[in-house]
Amino acid sequence: MATYSTNEFKAGLKLLLDGDPQSIVENEFVKPGKGQAFNRVKLRNLRTGRVLEKTFKSGESVEAADVMDTEMQYLYTDGEFWHFMVPDTFEQYAVTEAALGDSGQWLKEQDVCTVTLWNGEPLSVVPPSFTELKITQCDPGLRGDTAQGGTKPATLETGAVVKVPLFVEEGETVKVDTRSGEYVSRV
Amino acid sequence: MSDWRPAAPGVARSARARLLAGLRAFFAARGVLEVETPILSQGAPQDPMLESWVAQAPDGACGYLQTSPEYPMKRLLAAGAPDIYQIARVFRGGESGPRHNPEFTLLEWYRHDLDHHALAREVVALIADLAAQVPEWRAPRGCEEVAYADLFRSALGLDPVTADAAELERVAAARGLSIGGELDRDGWLDALISLVLAPDFPSDRLTILVDYPESQAVLARPCPQRPGYAARFELYWGGLELANGYHELIDVDVFRQRRERDIAMRRARGQPLPPLDHHLEAALDAGLPDCAGVALGVDRLLMQLLGCAHIEDVLDFPWPRA
Repeated sequence: MATYSTNEFKAGLKLLLDGDPQSIVENEFVKPGKGQAFNRVKLRNLRTGRVLEKTFKSGESVEAADVMDTEMQYLYTDGEFWHFMVPDTFEQYAVTEAALGDSGQWLKEQDVCTVTLWNGEPLSVVPPSFTELKITQCDPGLRGDTAQGGTKPATLETGAVVKVPLFVEEGETVKVDTRSGEYVSRV
Repeated sequence: MSDWRPAAPGVARSARARLLAGLRAFFAARGVLEVETPILSQGAPQDPMLESWVAQAPDGACGYLQTSPEYPMKRLLAAGAPDIYQIARVFRGGESGPRHNPEFTLLEWYRHDLDHHALAREVVALIADLAAQVPEWRAPRGCEEVAYADLFRSALGLDPVTADAAELERVAAARGLSIGGELDRDGWLDALISLVLAPDFPSDRLTILVDYPESQAVLARPCPQRPGYAARFELYWGGLELANGYHELIDVDVFRQRRERDIAMRRARGQPLPPLDHHLEAALDAGLPDCAGVALGVDRLLMQLLGCAHIEDVLDFPWPRA
């Protein structure tokens, strides 16, 4: 069992705490001049995304989480699982809807994503920062109508709904920032 | 890429020079003598909360870098020195963070015939004097002295001497603090001070915490009027600990008992056991005059004068660049 001592703590280190893999966001050393030293740590739970603070007595060891990020190509979904492949090894992984979270709405076949594996099991998926998707449904633009701030909802081929400018039409392809879920441009 | 450039801005460098000149002027005006003592010693303190850096000579001999200049300065006092001060570089193993650098500058001074209350007031006077020298520097807005016991009673509703580890843990939990790893009583008291109480000290004021539990006496004498407590103080500026002082322990038997306690704790925890400093014991045996002493973190004082949040903002070459 690999462990890390508090003196190895730094941002990005992955620990196993309360049964979940957690990533150190911030590590602060606290010590009264003549007293006990502590490490005050901010952690992100990689399964739930929640951030919490935890304090350790300095010198304690904490179990390491076997977590690694791997680039994988999205292949297809069978309705229950989303299937990914490591391009170099052709190794395939089936990702559950729970692990996929909101990322699923941006995935197009062959997209290369970052899949985080925990003990060899997919934990989360980060899609490419920018993706290009076709609009499958949106209302015709009404020129001069700025009542909604000049945007209208558009449904994309993956099912995602984004706000697009009024001049964008059904059938066009648009570039979207997947981190914010915002329209960037027409393609 | 090499981090060859200084971490701190030039303004911190000139402020430090100004601060050092101000310190020397303060003590010159009060007739306190500047001294220098060895940075490298043959023995080291046994305090379980401090780890000495070990320096290795080419012939295999070991020396210990000082964690403070306390021991040799007390030997000077026992040998008849007048009031003395020193601006010393000190080294502490494993201490690195926003408020810690393993090498830092400590101002330490000793005053004959003063107790810890009177010396704490001199620390406050020193800070006020320095802060007034440069209009751009921040100055503390007042100072409050509170007894360690009263703070724990009023803020947490507990007696820091009688509460056991389980009670301290419960009180910490009620304040949202849980700790990974097992702590003893003193560990919990330190956790409550550092992580619960000090962060709530008024940020623009000095707080003097006086009379620590005897278990945290270090080299402070027992409090005659407060049984179970020792004549020790700490000075905070906001939540930042700046100085630690004692009405000095002069009883060599009590010194030996506490050192035995420290050694036993080091042994139990598997910590290194550096050679004893026999000179201090001999000096105490010969007789340390009645005096009070204090050590003040110069880098931290500079942080507060300039309003910096990180010690690297006032150090040209902090440890990662040293």
